[in-house]
Amino acid sequence: MKKPGKMLSEVLKSLFKKPATLRYPYIKEKMPKNFRGLINFIQEKCIGCKICMRDCPANVINIIKIADKKFEAEFKNDQCLFCAQCVESCPRDTLEVTPEYELATLDRSSLKVRYHAKPDAETKTEPQVEIK
Amino acid sequence: MAKVTIPIGPQHPALKEPACFTITLSGEQITEVDMRLGYNHRGVEKACEERTYLQDIYLLERVCGICSHAHSSAFVQAVEEIAALEVPKRGLYIRTIIGELERIHSHLLWLGVAGHEIGFDTLLMYSWRDREVVMELLARISGNRVNYAMNTFGGVRRDLTPDLCAEILAAVDILEERTKYYIGVVMEEVTLIQRLSGVGYLSHEDAVARGAVGPTGRASEIASDTRKDDPYAAYPYLDFHTVTDNHCDVYGRALVRVGELMQTYKILRQLVQELPDGPIVVKAPRKIPAGEALSRYEAPRGEDVYYVKANGTDKPERVKVRAPTLANLASVAKMMENNYLADVPIILAAIDPCFSCTDRMIETLNMDSRAGRLTDFRQLRQFSINWYKKRGLDFTALNKKLILKQDS
Ligand code: SF4
Ligand code: SF4
Repeated sequence: MKKPGKMLSEVLKSLFKKPATLRYPYIKEKMPKNFRGLINFIQEKCIGCKICMRDCPANVINIIKIADKKFEAEFKNDQCLFCAQCVESCPRDTLEVTPEYELATLDRSSLKVRYHAKPDAETKTEPQVEIK
Repeated sequence: MAKVTIPIGPQHPALKEPACFTITLSGEQITEVDMRLGYNHRGVEKACEERTYLQDIYLLERVCGICSHAHSSAFVQAVEEIAALEVPKRGLYIRTIIGELERIHSHLLWLGVAGHEIGFDTLLMYSWRDREVVMELLARISGNRVNYAMNTFGGVRRDLTPDLCAEILAAVDILEERTKYYIGVVMEEVTLIQRLSGVGYLSHEDAVARGAVGPTGRASEIASDTRKDDPYAAYPYLDFHTVTDNHCDVYGRALVRVGELMQTYKILRQLVQELPDGPIVVKAPRKIPAGEALSRYEAPRGEDVYYVKANGTDKPERVKVRAPTLANLASVAKMMENNYLADVPIILAAIDPCFSCTDRMIETLNMDSRAGRLTDFRQLRQFSINWYKKRGLDFTALNKKLILKQDS
């Protein structure tokens, strides 16, 4: 039957329902298991092949050799598009996705992170500490 | 009656994206429409030539936020054709599942926007709430709510687990229920019927002459659907039919979209139930052999066309994107004729426009002669420097300081 107010009963019913929205930031949505959030770099596993650097569409990653067979990474996360192509391209599972999504910041430079190598006990090479 | 010409856009509260319509009115009625695009040109095609094929997938995916999968699929299909890659059947099925889920979220989004444009915000709130079901599902499958990044050359990047398959089927049940309700709303709510009927009329002949695609064309009885006409991915194995309508107005376009949603649920059930086993991807070479291909994909808004030319390196020589909105814009001018000024937003919204996806070039107009002029980057830069200088802003000193800072 054609008459106005077709949605009225639905609207009235919603009066007694919980809101469809969440009270963020007090209540946070849990991200699914394989959510493509912030990329993490596991420094010990990296072999410095730089495939991730070549495949990243946004020039986020910079792999730096600091000593023989020792590599550090610098991530410009403000440019990252969270495609996780680097994770897929890496032959050594050095990179992984994390469920971290709250990255909003007022200071863009804080999104530039460097993953430092742990000091090596035998060779005594001190990793360069340089972070802007 | 004296004719009045008013501009709508480029920045206008009724338009979500920048586009400029110069509308000539006689009283309240539109007599002539002139359109100008290009405010959101991003140089995507050129940028593709500078990047590798793999990087281009992610760039092209960002041509459109709503039909991101449509763009990446169309590109990937073209490259797969050039490289003669045989995508495993499971990969094709998963690609199609994402494509259809995307159609659901795009059509529900449209329903809400259309409701909003005619002041029926209740519809907007409810359809967008239900759209969350499919957005959530996409996030669970692909790891992201938009820009799913599921495509890669030779297949898809993520597999579907049996759990996810069950979730898809459960979500389809909920959404089908809701869509039936919306069909009821569209068919029975008199305010909606009266507001949309006869608005933005586009006869079948006009639609054919102007090459309307997607739901816009199908609402004018053009039974064209790339999924049927030139089946790609898993569509050759599926049973569904093309929804058309003979209203030829905005109301018809609403009916086509909700009708299409019901077909999509049917398609999704088939896809999930018949999901074949096996690998989801084959290995693709980094360098694509020389060749060219044209690929067509039925995006939620209509046919999306990609042309790719490869030259044997790891970067394409040319990528051409034709988004569906471009094909429908010619019809918009016709649809607006003899309608009221107040109908402009809904007529425009009825083609589900996406101007940023459409813009492929900028043309500068000479203000006096209205003649077009092409400007290269150097001229453009010089122009902006002079423009600011005239207003007392000189960046030369600032530039030097910046360079010094960078060097130190
Ligand atoms: S997620 Fe994508 S954009 Fe971000 S670092 Fe990895 S490859 Fe680059
Ligand atoms: S691809 Fe992996 S192993 Fe290779 S440089 Fe990148 S992080 Fe290191």
